[in-house]
Amino acid sequence: MGKMHIKLTVNGKEEELLAEPRELLIHVLREELGITGPHIGCETSHCGACTVDMNGKSVKSCTVFAAQANGAEITTIEGLGNPDGLHVLQEMFKEHHGLQCGFCTPGMITRAYRFLQENPDPTEEEVRFGMSGNLCRCTGYQNIVKAILAAAAEMNAAKEAAQ
Amino acid sequence: MIPNSFQYHRPDSVDAAVALLTQYGDEARPLAGGHSLIPMMKLRMADVQHLVDLQAIGSLKGIAVAGGTVTIGAMTTQHELINDAALAKAVPLIREASLQIADPQVRYAGTLGGNVANGDPGNDMPGLMQCLDAVYTLSGPDGAREVAARDFYEAAYFTAREDNELLVSVRFDAPKGGYAYEKQKRKIGDYATAAAAVLIEKSGGKCTSASIAMTNLADTPVWCAAASEALVGSSLDDAAIGAAVAAMKSAIDPQEDNRGPVEFKTHVAGVVLARAISRAASRA
Ligand SMILES: Cc1cc2nc3c(=O)[nH]c(=O)nc-3n(C[C@H](O)[C@H](O)[C@H](O)COP(=O)(O)OP(=O)(O)OC[C@H]3O[C@@H](n4cnc5c(N)ncnc54)[C@H](O)[C@@H]3O)c2cc1C
Ligand code: FES
Ligand code: FES
Repeated sequence: MGKMHIKLTVNGKEEELLAEPRELLIHVLREELGITGPHIGCETSHCGACTVDMNGKSVKSCTVFAAQANGAEITTIEGLGNPDGLHVLQEMFKEHHGLQCGFCTPGMITRAYRFLQENPDPTEEEVRFGMSGNLCRCTGYQNIVKAILAAAAEMNAAKEAAQ
Repeated sequence: MIPNSFQYHRPDSVDAAVALLTQYGDEARPLAGGHSLIPMMKLRMADVQHLVDLQAIGSLKGIAVAGGTVTIGAMTTQHELINDAALAKAVPLIREASLQIADPQVRYAGTLGGNVANGDPGNDMPGLMQCLDAVYTLSGPDGAREVAARDFYEAAYFTAREDNELLVSVRFDAPKGGYAYEKQKRKIGDYATAAAAVLIEKSGGKCTSASIAMTNLADTPVWCAAASEALVGSSLDDAAIGAAVAAMKSAIDPQEDNRGPVEFKTHVAGVVLARAISRAASRA
């Protein structure tokens, strides 16, 4: 079946491309647009490595068709920070050893970003529940939770200072 | 993990969606959140030539609580069910159960309509809707009709819905009394090994009415009239709970799979039901 015209806003930039409707969003991002931050872990909707932010929600981009995403606004890890200006979450993952191999990290941070938008001052238990769609095979989670709690504290302090 | 090719449709009204389902018959499938259907398509266990995406149909969204009746649009997501303050107040059972479904990412995408229309015995909402005695409204080429959740499920993936019908909304009366949803799963994000939805009303220390439904313990959800009756008139003591558990065990039909053998599942079903009854009773 033919390709269709797809428009996306990815990390603030408008993109237009042709894709078969059955192509998955993760493949469009990685292969058509060269955005390789979101990873393919399980490809079966379980691990969260492919998590991106779509229209203000964390989604597993291996479980979204390109056609469904037509018109959507998408943020990936590349849109949160870069080596010259890390996002607070990236800083805190670095500071608190929230990553080892780093494979799960883009998904973790993109999910944590949305979670903290919805719950800016979470308890440890709320962080664990809010992050339960993301699996890590290295860290044992402890330092990921620490990093997210530290990032929340930093973000709240910055907000207070600004007021 | 690439599904077969299909043609993609994004109608903007129920009528337009029904027209597409009618035109393409069993080659077409509605797409809601996609978190049951897309995995099946990737595994090529679902063969779909025309995918009818419901995301642009605004009338399928929303939660209304009015005069003791709750109406929820099919495209309302699990995330929205959890975060709706009026619903949480009127029917806290929905929130308690929704929080035990899947994980945050899946709950942003997965819809109530998709969960109840899917027909997978592992889905939590069908049993919950049987417990609440909900009614589903289906729209087809000849107009709308209603089917009770307790009559909707025929076998795994077989329901009373025709291929050219859309499930548009779910309706039920806000229950009185105590409630509980108790689910045993291997890990967060897993389907139930066994789950129990319970509603209980009490008056003067005695149970006056009860509703019990079990999930993933047969090829359809199991609403247990006999288990509910075992509680009515009792003081919800251990003997009554034991009688309800025994009645439930003879109504379920679990199968051995990677969640365990039949004996284990039957045992777990008894444990979750006893816990759910006690919690519901303490809230009644
Ligand atoms: C990792 C993971 C864990 C999960 N864990 C759980 C769990 O613990 N409990 C649970 O209940 N679910 C679980 N799910 C399933 C999830 O809740 C699904 O989102 C839900 O079952 C289907 O909803 P959907 O909106 O995604 O539907 P879809 O996948 O889009 O559709 C499902 C089926 O229903 C049909 N359909 C959808 N909407 C309509 C409609 N309005 N009218 C007619 N037919 C329609 C579709 O054609 C399809 O056949 C899990 C999913 C994943 C990926
Ligand atoms: S790759 Fe998408 S959830 Fe694992
Ligand atoms: S750091 Fe290796 S998987 Fe998480």
